[in-house]
Amino acid sequence: MTANETRLDRRVAIRTLLENRGDLLLVTGLGSTTWDAASVADDDRNFYLWGAMGAAAMVGLGLAIAQPDRRVLVVTGDGEMLMGLGSLATIGVQRPPNLAIAVFDNGHYGETGMQASHTADAVALAGVARACGFKETFDITDERGLRDFAARLHNSASSLFARVVIRADEPPRVLPPRDGVLLKNRFRRAIGADT
Amino acid sequence: MNDGALEWREEIFAALKAAEIRQVGYVPDAGHARLIELCRADPTIRAVPLTSEEEGVALLAGAWLGGQRGTLLMQSSGVGNCINMLSMTKTCRFPLTMLVTMRGEWAEFNPWQVPMGSRTQAALELCDVLVYRVDRPEDAAETVAAALDIAFNGDLATAVLLSQRLIGAKRWVK
Repeated sequence: MTANETRLDRRVAIRTLLENRGDLLLVTGLGSTTWDAASVADDDRNFYLWGAMGAAAMVGLGLAIAQPDRRVLVVTGDGEMLMGLGSLATIGVQRPPNLAIAVFDNGHYGETGMQASHTADAVALAGVARACGFKETFDITDERGLRDFAARLHNSASSLFARVVIRADEPPRVLPPRDGVLLKNRFRRAIGADT
Repeated sequence: MNDGALEWREEIFAALKAAEIRQVGYVPDAGHARLIELCRADPTIRAVPLTSEEEGVALLAGAWLGGQRGTLLMQSSGVGNCINMLSMTKTCRFPLTMLVTMRGEWAEFNPWQVPMGSRTQAALELCDVLVYRVDRPEDAAETVAAALDIAFNGDLATAVLLSQRLIGAKRWVK
């Protein structure tokens, strides 16, 4: 992460991504991105991870394969993505057209005391995704880039990966339900997958 | 194939088909090689090679959220890689069936396989996974079918351990 990059406000960024969500299915990663999604609105079609760090992208892959007619967006943080970095290789091989991954990258582990993450030093996540086989990757540093990506994720022909550069701050926490069985069952019911 | 009868790995595949399995996550493994081939060749199954077994636990959680059933194929060493992901399986009560080929328990040449292989069942049980063991080829398919049934009927995590004696010890010098 270069020092002169402009940075987005994470709550503005999540609102932009979900503004015209249509029937978009959302998976969020452990930590701040779960609070971000809840700050927009709780929705039965949101599956929030409150644990299983590193799982978000793969949950998105399984969901995208199972629901090929719907768009799936994974929003997670840089630390959560780093823990599941191998999943970018796995998704790069599958590349379902209805899957998009957006990593909110502030270069820090926000939930544990703002320690620097690997992306603050040497690791370029969009480059990793590209090297793993993602055909379209984005480094997003402004509102316009974010809007372009938000539109793209509704009509892409291959899996998308976006690194969204955000400020390292801690907006007030908005906590969604944390009962895993509730989250699972209401999600399945909302998309008619519970039959 | 013996006298036209299905080989036990093919019988396991038939059990997966009967259970309407649509996603199969796997880490390449000699013991599962034939089953992986069969899954990859089947147009109704999406076979997903993983870089690490834990990815598969998350993959199948997503599959279930989307209304599809899946299963995971791995070697006993891979069970250790899954431990924290199984917290999601338990907390959300995702149905899960792992088919595990065992190493490090029977005429094992490589001592590095023994620590995980000798604790695979205990580790799974510590995570509240129901564990079934198969030592005889004639029990394989029935045991897999039973594990799939109880998992999908009860939103439970299960594992079938295919013993190293069943699979045959790896030959190191050919």
